[in-house]
Amino acid sequence: MLEVRDLSCGYGKEYILENVNFTAKSGDIVCILGSNGSGKSTLIKSIMGLIRPLKGEVLIEGNSILNWSWKERARFISYIPQSFSSTFQYKVKDIVLMGRTSYLNFSSTPSKEDEIIADEAMKSLKILHLKDKIYCHLSGGERQLVKIAQALAQQAKIIIMDEPTNNLDFGNQMLMLKHLKECAEKGMTIIMSTHSPEHAFLYGTKALLVKDGRVIEIDNPNKNLREVDLEGLYDVKLKVFKLNFKNKMIKMCIPMI
Amino acid sequence: MNILDKDNKKTSIYPFVILLIIIFVLSFSLGRYPIDAKTLLKVFLSKILPIEKSWEDTIEIVVFQVRLPRIIAALLVGLSLSLSGAVYQGMFKNPLVSPDILAVSAGSAFGAALAIYFSLTTTGIQAFAFLFGIVAVALVYFISQKIKADPIMALVIIGILIGSLFNSFVSLIKYLADTEDKLPAISFWLMGSLSGVMARDIKAVSIPIFLGLVPLYILRWRLNVLTLSEEEAKCLGLDAGKIRLVVIISSTLMTAAAVSISGIIGWIGLVIPHLGRILVGPDYRVLIPTTILLGGSYLLLIDNIARTLTTVEVPLGILTSLIGAPFFIFLLLKRGRS
Repeated sequence: MLEVRDLSCGYGKEYILENVNFTAKSGDIVCILGSNGSGKSTLIKSIMGLIRPLKGEVLIEGNSILNWSWKERARFISYIPQSFSSTFQYKVKDIVLMGRTSYLNFSSTPSKEDEIIADEAMKSLKILHLKDKIYCHLSGGERQLVKIAQALAQQAKIIIMDEPTNNLDFGNQMLMLKHLKECAEKGMTIIMSTHSPEHAFLYGTKALLVKDGRVIEIDNPNKNLREVDLEGLYDVKLKVFKLNFKNKMIKMCIPMI
Repeated sequence: MNILDKDNKKTSIYPFVILLIIIFVLSFSLGRYPIDAKTLLKVFLSKILPIEKSWEDTIEIVVFQVRLPRIIAALLVGLSLSLSGAVYQGMFKNPLVSPDILAVSAGSAFGAALAIYFSLTTTGIQAFAFLFGIVAVALVYFISQKIKADPIMALVIIGILIGSLFNSFVSLIKYLADTEDKLPAISFWLMGSLSGVMARDIKAVSIPIFLGLVPLYILRWRLNVLTLSEEEAKCLGLDAGKIRLVVIISSTLMTAAAVSISGIIGWIGLVIPHLGRILVGPDYRVLIPTTILLGGSYLLLIDNIARTLTTVEVPLGILTSLIGAPFFIFLLLKRGRS
């Protein structure tokens, strides 16, 4: 379980977010919603320790992780940044294998066992056929899947992603979310920022609304995330429609312009 | 061994080992005092087997006291510059970075110029070159640590600034130096050469070179992770800051040691890693041994040309750029097409 307690974050003396509180359990998909520049990435980076929190704590299974080494953190949380590039022409299998870094001791290189774990990760995302392809030559959707495979090879219980569906076409967005849902069903915790409220309606077990330096936690967004919340969040008139489809209620968010 | 994956023939390093051995053996018979293969073999074997001596003493002196140190020096300098280039390119996430990006050569040049100006001995020149190379990089590192933002960018910019500072000191010394003997000596040092290398020089520089090479080889897998963005590397569990410091120290030891006996030799640290990546890919587990073998072979070959091309030795730095630059253009064009 990941717990964020009274977390304030920002750069230097400038506070961007104050007193953030939320918890994410095994099986949760937490969607972080908010406008550009509201502090979604800052929140994610502060949880990861990439930005030192100004106040408060981040706990995993009750232990504060603020002073953990990168190696210890990596065994519990994996992080997929908004953009990632590779200057050199690494093969997909090498990139996935890098997920094993935190398990290697000082002088060792990945073993056969690590390679098997990397293969399993690719298999579970159905990208094993990309194994020997050059990573930087892949399409955006494929690259995103490779990064998820890397996170799976890392065998961390929590995956934090900064706008994982950005730059993906509609089909790839759904594919990505499907895979993330499967991960959550296996007991992992997914925390992701996104620009579409529908992702929170469809897959979110929790939503975090980031606005004006505050974060509001909403349980079960499909039920509790209201029209007014979203209007306030994005400063735009909108309507949430409910569709009954095969005995499943699907919510859609449509702008009223 | 990982590097000899059976299902992937491309990643075998054997061809490079064979290439190095061929050039190594050939180098002994080349030069102003030609030695034929048969005599050469006998001279070598006489060291291990009791063979009746059928050659002149001069041959033995040429082989063991003139050519052997020089050949070893070419190998060491070549591998040091190439390996430093290869790891810096990964760390700076830029394939166009060369080993002197953190001003090590500029510092060494200043040290050497200073030593020549004060009429120090060859050993003095080498020691000054080595020390000031390290001083320059240390300055770059500690100043860049004061800059809180992007650590990679900070290193590059401070590197350029300190480099140009030391270069202007070199110009100042050249301006003040005696034009009869000191100015030419400084200029010649800056062009690079292995002509004066002796056995004791090899012993002195092989220690720092070895001290740099071992950590880089141990870190070979982590160097792959270091080519990712800083954030990704850290979140994968790599202490990027610490690894970066080890890489800088190791590369600096190797480059400063190499430059102290050879003077400034450009291009090799840029061309060889590039060629290595084209041949075996970017994975440092294979790229490191490949770069070492190719770098050694390349500089040995160039040095052979330098000492046999004309009756007067051609400075190495001139040859490496004369050959290196067109070769690099060729590589880029070839890559651009595919």
